[in-house]
Amino acid sequence: MGRLSVFACLLVLALSPVAAKADTLPPATDPAARGLAIATTSDARDKGWGDAKADMKMVLTNASGETSERALQFLMLERPEAGSGNWSLMTFDRPRDIEGTALLTHSSLKDADDQWLYLPAIKRVKRISSSNKAGAFVGSEFAFEDFSTQQVEKFSYKWLKDEPCGTLTCHVIERTPTYEASGYTREIVWIDASDFQLRKIDYYDRKDTLIKTLTLSDYKLYEGKFWRPLALDMANHESGKATKLVWTAYQFHTGLNKADFTPAALERAR
Amino acid sequence: MKHLSVLAVLLLGTAAQADELGLRGSITPEIRYFPQSASNSRQDSTDISVAGEVTGKYFFGENNSQSIVVTPFARWDQRDHRRSHYDLREARYGIIMGDWELRAGIDKVFWGVTEAVHLVDIVNQVDAIEDPVKQEVRLGQPMLRLRTTQDFGTFDVFVLPYFRERTYPSADGRPGTDIPVDTHLTSYESRRGENHVDGAARYSNSFGDVDFGLSYFQGTGRDPVLQPALSSSGDLVLAPLYPQIKQGSFDAQATKGAWLYKAEGYWRDELDTQYEAITGGIEYTFYGIADGSDLGLVVEYALDSRGLVARAPYEDDGFVALRWTANDEASTTLLGGAVVDAKTGATGFRLKGERRMSDDYLVSLEAYGFAGVPPRDPVYNIADDGYVQFRVARFF
Repeated sequence: MGRLSVFACLLVLALSPVAAKADTLPPATDPAARGLAIATTSDARDKGWGDAKADMKMVLTNASGETSERALQFLMLERPEAGSGNWSLMTFDRPRDIEGTALLTHSSLKDADDQWLYLPAIKRVKRISSSNKAGAFVGSEFAFEDFSTQQVEKFSYKWLKDEPCGTLTCHVIERTPTYEASGYTREIVWIDASDFQLRKIDYYDRKDTLIKTLTLSDYKLYEGKFWRPLALDMANHESGKATKLVWTAYQFHTGLNKADFTPAALERAR
Repeated sequence: MKHLSVLAVLLLGTAAQADELGLRGSITPEIRYFPQSASNSRQDSTDISVAGEVTGKYFFGENNSQSIVVTPFARWDQRDHRRSHYDLREARYGIIMGDWELRAGIDKVFWGVTEAVHLVDIVNQVDAIEDPVKQEVRLGQPMLRLRTTQDFGTFDVFVLPYFRERTYPSADGRPGTDIPVDTHLTSYESRRGENHVDGAARYSNSFGDVDFGLSYFQGTGRDPVLQPALSSSGDLVLAPLYPQIKQGSFDAQATKGAWLYKAEGYWRDELDTQYEAITGGIEYTFYGIADGSDLGLVVEYALDSRGLVARAPYEDDGFVALRWTANDEASTTLLGGAVVDAKTGATGFRLKGERRMSDDYLVSLEAYGFAGVPPRDPVYNIADDGYVQFRVARFF
């Protein structure tokens, strides 16, 4: 019996799709397939997170070192249906002049995302254009597109090389946005080979100049399954400005559902 | 002026304490300058004022499904005792039960999609003395509101047990009509007056790119008929009459990339007459024009079947507005807008710039003005009351 259960465990491990995929990445001679497989594995490792709540603090630093802060509360909903992107509702706590302002995003893999803005002073829910992919999010170094979920279908891929990154080994892949109005020609992405998490992204602007670098760190494992970076540092190489995101109070499977992510629900955002 | 600085110090002190209690709000001193000479000797060319608003929110129950929100507002004005006013913007209880949501108390709702004129937004009375042009600042409305959100859309039903009168400036206040409105002489078509129980219902939904709403309102009209009368002291004044109305309305918006197409309008039955009003237009944004800033363009048109009457200043009017957003840390925005009456040629314009200073202050400079307004145009009354306004809002 003891031997049998050990054998069963080994069998489960061997059949685990994640483990299988990691071992059987397409060869370096097919960089497109290898790049896509790395991105797909990274995405598959995160399936099943369901819904989440978290708080985010943003620290904006300008070229002369002065800082300003923003604080937001996030609600997130995983949408497992094919073709559907995830949903999110973010509410500002600071700066105080936009306290209570909330943004609801229904992201889509094929079409433009649907976005609604809630203006608390006049209690107005306003459908807004989501074409502003390349624009700065509340004056930060993050563009709207840097925030939207990094779904596999939104890029095409090419594996470049494997190289050490810190104490880990990383797959380095180039991904090219396939959606409209992106501010980037391409992004170079470092994904570690053990947990398949994003470690670093280099962004190249429309002139194909390296414009920004995002470093993701302070990874924490939730529910024994879902990795989240709690610190994200975006440096703009052109302006000398930087933005740091710090995530706190992550909770998963909190019972949020579709009804919490409707334009009507925006009116009860706090 | 000495009173003002004492008041400001007091209010800022209070702001620091409010933050410790988890209250949010703002204190906003302002100064106004009216370049044109006043139409009566009681009006002045400058005005100083301070407004304050505090919100307390309390969530409780399972999953924080119950809430109490209270938002008192007050303004002190140097010259106009009517503009010195207070209002409970919100004082309501709310509970969410699955797909259903109930709210009771003083609350605020917004209906509609357009930018220049808000035709279908009828539940809350306009705080016209706060916001005579945009009419987006509203008085708290006592209501019972039941909402359900289903796959086939969102339904709201409102019972509105008490009516709020529109606010008007006194004879000392600017901007103000040449003949002042005397709210002591307010009358109602309904014998129940302000206690008439009004009702409203709304259905809203979105299908892909299109968001729309259908609404019905029955009860005391929010915009009064203004009739010439004599005040108790024998002066010529305008007396507001609030008729009973029935109003059906729609609002719809299509969002196609950077283009927004908007329309809203109503059909109204009032004092044995029927009339319609409609407004609509487009909004387009040029993203990332220079240094990551955006330029938005709004063009709208408003039509009212009543034609030139004092109650409906936008009866055949076009609006153009440009909004520049810097997308910087200070959230700098510049806005320029103009309204032109196609029949009379009367033009009104508005310029506004604002930006955040440190994390807690918002500074704004705003100017309103009129040009080429003939006496037969409804806005002729306030055309000499253009002004420049400087505000510093301190948030906490």
